[in-house]
Amino acid sequence: MSSSGGDAIRPRVRIQDGSASRPVPAAQRNDNGGTRRAAVFDIRDMSVHYGENRALDWTTLRIDRNLVTAVIGPSGCGKSTFIRSLNRMNDSIPGFRIGGQVLYHGHDLYARQTNRVEVRRRIGMVFQKPNPFPKSIYDNVAWAPRNLGMKSGLDERVERALRHAAIWDEVKDRLRASALSLSGGQQQRLCIARSIAVEPDVLLLDEPASALDPVATAAIEDLMHNLKHRYTIVIVTHNMQQAARVADRTAFFSLDERDRTGTLVEYGDTDTIFTNPADPRTRDYVTGRFG
Amino acid sequence: MSVRASLNPRAAARGRVAMEGSLGDRILRGLCIAAGLLAGGTLLAVAYQVISGARLSISTFGLPFLVHSAWAPNLGHFGAAVMLYGTAVSSAIALLISTPVAIAIAIYLSMLAPRAVRIVVGPLVEMLAAIPSVILGLWGIIVLAPFMQRHVEPALHGVLGFIPIFGPAQTTGLGVFTAGVILTVMVVPIIASLSRDLFLSVPRELTDAAESVGATRWEVIRGVVLPTTVSGVSAAIMLGLGRALGEAIAVASVIGAGNVVHVSTFETGNSLAARIALDFAYIVSNLHTASLFYLALILLVFGLLTNLIARQIASRYDVHRTFA
Ligand SMILES: Nc1ncnc2c1ncn2[C@@H]1O[C@H](COP(=O)(O)OP(=O)(O)O)[C@@H](O)[C@H]1O
Ligand SMILES: [Mg+2]
Repeated sequence: MSSSGGDAIRPRVRIQDGSASRPVPAAQRNDNGGTRRAAVFDIRDMSVHYGENRALDWTTLRIDRNLVTAVIGPSGCGKSTFIRSLNRMNDSIPGFRIGGQVLYHGHDLYARQTNRVEVRRRIGMVFQKPNPFPKSIYDNVAWAPRNLGMKSGLDERVERALRHAAIWDEVKDRLRASALSLSGGQQQRLCIARSIAVEPDVLLLDEPASALDPVATAAIEDLMHNLKHRYTIVIVTHNMQQAARVADRTAFFSLDERDRTGTLVEYGDTDTIFTNPADPRTRDYVTGRFG
Repeated sequence: MSVRASLNPRAAARGRVAMEGSLGDRILRGLCIAAGLLAGGTLLAVAYQVISGARLSISTFGLPFLVHSAWAPNLGHFGAAVMLYGTAVSSAIALLISTPVAIAIAIYLSMLAPRAVRIVVGPLVEMLAAIPSVILGLWGIIVLAPFMQRHVEPALHGVLGFIPIFGPAQTTGLGVFTAGVILTVMVVPIIASLSRDLFLSVPRELTDAAESVGATRWEVIRGVVLPTTVSGVSAAIMLGLGRALGEAIAVASVIGAGNVVHVSTFETGNSLAARIALDFAYIVSNLHTASLFYLALILLVFGLLTNLIARQIASRYDVHRTFA
């Protein structure tokens, strides 16, 4: 796995078993150099409905800090539904209902007292289609920090975000130009910069490279390796090579044959999922695409 | 083609479709050009007739017509100042009140209101625009003017009386301010319904992007929705202004037919459109007719100017709207 190089500088010890459903006691939430990687998301029996249609069923898994977790599966199996449920982007969809629990550092994301705006401040999202604001490059990145009152050192903050998103060199001479003048790949990296400008805890990426050419895709993948030292990353992709290249863990979702509902089939280390999957459906999917 | 058509019915059908298509295209194109020419021609014809109708008055009074306030047809005195002032001030009042109100309604209906409220209130707002202006005028005389005179005007005078435009309330409530309020009722539905549609047209990707970086609903509205629709909303405001400038009957009912320019908007006044509509019933001289045409010419220029400004605003901001 290409990401293993990053493990050397990670201080924490890899979780021993890939078991997804083990609940994490609140006492283990703070990862103060303990032997166990801290859970960022602890998802228990999550199910999602859109009106009468069930899009996702019985999903139980744990997403750990400073790892890249990939979500793969055929289209329509609920990958977007799953990832959008992690920062409550689905809330505004009419008929959306969620069952089970999504614990974020032990807090129930869907509890009554949970503030949706605060959730999204900590859990940023990058979408399939690059969607910069029709503002200048600078203002795209500075907008959210300004809203949050982070006005001092704004220039430095913008520069840092653009550097971390590996786009600084391409835009530093035209920060006042419209973001819409950038290429698709640049726009997508700008969107990543926009997300990390508020220093979130988690970055969710829903097929961030599917609208991009191979060169831009490679740039985004490189970025993942660097970003995971700062952020916990969940990335949806329909490209299995991409998952194999960037992810530490991989979750394979599929459509249940009988009721056409998305379900989590298998979740574990990316190596295991791609080379020695436990479930025949995973093997069929993984080898089918590669073969 | 006829030979092949008779041999192969499907080819014949295809040929016919193609021919109808091109013929249809040509007819459509012709109709569009004709409609365009008709619209342009009508505009030119109206402008020409208004100018030629006003010629006697223009040659008699010249540009000072705009600043003379006397309007005494029997004495041959004509000046547009009272009407200009009344039109400008009542329209300005209407825009000042209706713009924030209408945008607030549009924001509420497009983004905040529960579905049930949208379905009921949305059409109601549009129906407000369907009330015939003569009915609004009647309501203005019977209900609005007394209400303004008893409650609104004294309150405004009490709080803002140090500003000369909020003078003491007069006896009837008929006046420039009340005309502005009536115009507000007519303009709000125009701006509100157009703006609501504009707000709904903001791409979901943009509002999602804003929400995904922790923006509150208000920040999304202020930072994304309003900036991406500013050109359209400005054009909607200009359309509203056009409506306010040209409204005759409703304004004539409540503006009080005054003959003097008063600084206080609670005093009576007159408007270009109201004067034209009412005076044509009892013309006393050729100069009177020509002077009414002169007023009409001013109104026409106002109307065209609003339109041009709307276009100018729209084109200036359109660069920001290229996100599809
Ligand atoms: N906004 C929505 N409203 C209703 N149904 C939806 C919506 N979004 C997705 N779905 C349904 O949920 C299921 C999963 O979709 P999605 O999560 O987009 O899958 P994926 O991202 O894996 O392609 C599909 O059957 C889809 O039709
Ligand atoms: Mg998807």
